[in-house]
Amino acid sequence: MTSPVPLQVEVPPPAAVSAAGAPVTTEAIRADAPLREATLAYLLAIGDDEMLLGHRDAEWTGLGPILEEDIAFSSMAQDEMGHALVWYTLAGTLGAPEADALAFLRDTTGWRSARLVELPRGDYAFSLVRQVLFDLAEAVRLHGLARSTWVPMAHAATKLSQEEKYHLLHGRAYLERLGRASEDSRARLQAALDEAFGYALGLWEPPPDEARLVAAGITPPSADLAGAWLAAAVPFLQACELAPPVTGGPDLWLPTVEAVVGGRTGDHGDDLALLLASMQGMYRSDPEATW
Amino acid sequence: MVTTRPAPITREAVLAALEDVKDPEIPVVSVVDLGIVQSVEVAGADVTVSITPTFTGCPALAVMRAEIAACVRALGAATVRVPVVLDPPWSSDRIAPEARARMARIGLAPPPPSRRFAADASLGLVVAAPEPVACAFCGSTDTTLENPFGPTICRSLHYCNGCQQPFEQFKAL
Repeated sequence: MTSPVPLQVEVPPPAAVSAAGAPVTTEAIRADAPLREATLAYLLAIGDDEMLLGHRDAEWTGLGPILEEDIAFSSMAQDEMGHALVWYTLAGTLGAPEADALAFLRDTTGWRSARLVELPRGDYAFSLVRQVLFDLAEAVRLHGLARSTWVPMAHAATKLSQEEKYHLLHGRAYLERLGRASEDSRARLQAALDEAFGYALGLWEPPPDEARLVAAGITPPSADLAGAWLAAAVPFLQACELAPPVTGGPDLWLPTVEAVVGGRTGDHGDDLALLLASMQGMYRSDPEATW
Repeated sequence: MVTTRPAPITREAVLAALEDVKDPEIPVVSVVDLGIVQSVEVAGADVTVSITPTFTGCPALAVMRAEIAACVRALGAATVRVPVVLDPPWSSDRIAPEARARMARIGLAPPPPSRRFAADASLGLVVAAPEPVACAFCGSTDTTLENPFGPTICRSLHYCNGCQQPFEQFKAL
């Protein structure tokens, strides 16, 4: 059997990355209450995405369909939780509670994660497709944040973006193989894509008062990031024999499904409460315990 | 009675002592060899050792922080701080040549030179097919990447078609 030439995954930087302005210091953000609130909301949004996807990935530990995938999802869980810790620690420099409190002591309405990451792990096809959609989004977002005018955020984004390469290598290897393997495997991936795509668009729901961050050059506009994500994700999925729900062409892809939003303002589905019960139960049984 | 004053702590003494703090996941490589020590600052009996993670999710980081602090306290430091910093980001290119050789001897292929994706954010991220890795056992480059994830988050899994052995590689970052 000859294997086809492996796909390249190309993640273009969002248009706004060249628009960085004068540096903004941590002290300046702390001193400007509305800017501080907006920055905290953004950090919680991206940190919460990582934390919950890390938890969902960890649900494959011991249960992966093959040993390599058990290991891969367990490793990606570690990576995502490591990324959450970086964003929560940065939030701490603006006065947020410490990372453990953010992860284990907040109720559903306090979470700012997108709805995508709270969904149950589903079957393997769903977890794989969700992971790839998320990883492409994270790569795009980190490219944008690496040019943040808030230097600690730029440093963190630069660091984390190095690690994304391995997530995308993994996603490419399996999506390409399974997308082209048989009608059964392709159909399962397509069903997962149909289910996940609207939720993945919800990753780009702007956190409250994002315009204030964009004006200060702290973050690029979510709408720009969404465009760069579609430009990366659509051709890649199509090369894997999948049909993302979009219209248009390479110059501008337009989704044909609605984004599932609400997560950035604390409006979540029922799945989050169940997830938090599982993830936080042990910690909450004795928050003062020493591990 | 003669009291002996301990010798003043120097940056060089701290670095020499840290050679004894190993990566718990790769016990032939010290934290200095690994290149995670960003800076050592000594102000009298107060010592600050700034370190940076290899992979940010590395669970060994907390262990290494604690062992670095204990190691420096044993030199007589009154206060020891071990902050974690992210700039400049760690690269596998920082791993010392001798440490690479020791990795290879335990069957862990050292990382190839890293190709940096994020050094300039204006460049898009292109994930191409990885280049073949030399087998940690026989040196053959007729190898395949089995999985970019392995037993720890810094290792990938490979298979050597030359000697028909699976082996691990420390990932390039």
